[in-house]
Amino acid sequence: MSYIITVATFISIQAIVAYGLNIIVGYAGQISLGHAAFFGIGAYSAGLLATKAGLSFWAALPLVVAICAVIGIICGLPSLRLKADFLAITTIGINFIVESLFLYVPFFGGALGLGGIPRVVFLGNKLKGGEFLTLCLLFLALVMFLSWWFSRSWMGLACISLREEETAASSMGVSPVKFKLVAFVLGSVIAGIGGALYAHQMRFIAPSDFGFPVSVMLLSLIVLGGMGTFWGPLVGAIILGSLPELARPLMEYRMLIYSLLLLGMIRFQPQGLLGEESVVSRIIGRHVGGDRS
Amino acid sequence: MYLFAEQLLNGLATGATYALISLGLALVYGVLGVLHVAHAGVYMAGAYIGIGVYSVTGNIWLAIIVSMIVCGFIGVAIERLVYFPLLKYPPYVPLISSIAIFTGMEELVRLVAGPSVQTFSLELPFPSFDLGGIHVSSNLMGIYVITAVVFFILWFITTKTETGLAMRAASQDMPIAGAMGIDSRFMVDFSFFVSSAVAALAGILVGIYYNTVSPDMGAIPAYKALALIVVGGLGSVPGAVVASLSLGVAETLLIGYAGIPLPRDALAFIAMIVVLMWRPQGLLGKRG
Repeated sequence: MSYIITVATFISIQAIVAYGLNIIVGYAGQISLGHAAFFGIGAYSAGLLATKAGLSFWAALPLVVAICAVIGIICGLPSLRLKADFLAITTIGINFIVESLFLYVPFFGGALGLGGIPRVVFLGNKLKGGEFLTLCLLFLALVMFLSWWFSRSWMGLACISLREEETAASSMGVSPVKFKLVAFVLGSVIAGIGGALYAHQMRFIAPSDFGFPVSVMLLSLIVLGGMGTFWGPLVGAIILGSLPELARPLMEYRMLIYSLLLLGMIRFQPQGLLGEESVVSRIIGRHVGGDRS
Repeated sequence: MYLFAEQLLNGLATGATYALISLGLALVYGVLGVLHVAHAGVYMAGAYIGIGVYSVTGNIWLAIIVSMIVCGFIGVAIERLVYFPLLKYPPYVPLISSIAIFTGMEELVRLVAGPSVQTFSLELPFPSFDLGGIHVSSNLMGIYVITAVVFFILWFITTKTETGLAMRAASQDMPIAGAMGIDSRFMVDFSFFVSSAVAALAGILVGIYYNTVSPDMGAIPAYKALALIVVGGLGSVPGAVVASLSLGVAETLLIGYAGIPLPRDALAFIAMIVVLMWRPQGLLGKRG
């Protein structure tokens, strides 16, 4: 049972981070392949604030959000000047640089990682197992609400219009600079919150937890679920999060199966499971109808 | 002084192998506009096929030729089966499929050949010599000569022959080139074949140079080469070559002398971001 709770906790943290990425990629249409960097920045700032400054999770959370927002603005600046492929590679670069800073700067614990992160305390009791899962699910619900609200708000609509046709949108008075940055920062902050939860769940973090493969995994997760859809990140996180656990007997072949699955998925169903024109959404559309975006 | 000269020569060899990888990537990007991360998978497969053929026949030239031909076809297969059908989607779709192919290839090789590092020790049949106390090994000479020959052949094909003209036309605008009677599809295949074959060669040379071949040898070149083609100006083959050679030299000298605390693999990306802030189109890229 505790095994299932651990897996569920990971899935919900992954889903939180994926919702952040979905805002950047799905709504604002900026390809980010370095999302794990922000996940890591959140985790490391939460970890350092807890171990070195002795702050509680709740006291550190606003600081984590502020740190991720500031770094998000700095890292978001290239995205204003660069288009599609240039941006994708720059974000890979950001990921590599952030990971190597964690790895080479002794303050961050270096290759040994950062240990001794305490559990989250709420009303005097330490949250673990199912209680911590509940906390993660609450945060997930909050992030999902934020994401839903964003996609309906004028900011979200502005982002979507920029994604669809930047020139036309900016001629209508939608500022590409402002809204791309807003989306990037919001996405980074959400990833940072996920990172803070991750740090307190693992209680030990290492640079490799936030490397480029993690960014790819996060991106494949929202591609699988359906980019720019409301339920996409959640569905993707549940499928990709539980699949490796179900395939454990096939340990040796796990990564191969995983990559073949991703390849097959993106080759034959690039819209994702829930995207427009996908198999699932057609089936749901036939039976339920109505708007599900 | 001698040490400096030797460092410079080593850096040049490292840069040459980067150039062999990134020029193929730039070529492919120029033709299809796809960031071909799996290129590094082809490079790794090339090294393994090379080591396999060499251990059976003992002939390094045969190993190189077989590996280049097989990898050329692997490249064409990736393009035909995956990239080409996905061109109508946004660029992240082929990009993600490329990363998936790369991971898949790494895992397949790990399962077939084993996860351990294999040694690839041999002397390339080139003369080694001492020049006023500076020793140039035969493998180093081999890398210089082979790279120079490959650069010359590629330069000749792309600028002096009709095939090269057709290739450039297809990379400019595929439908129009098609309307002008150019078999664009063949040109795309041809570009993938050539760049994959060159990547396989790079894999073998790197394997010999560092004496090791491992399933994850493609991981660093994969992303470093992406940074390099961006620095050079996406799709610009000369730009990629210039960027690769300078990075190889800069890396070796900086690690040797400046003793900077950052890993050398992050250096390419820092250089990339600096260059992009200054020239968003890359060193030799065109504006627009």
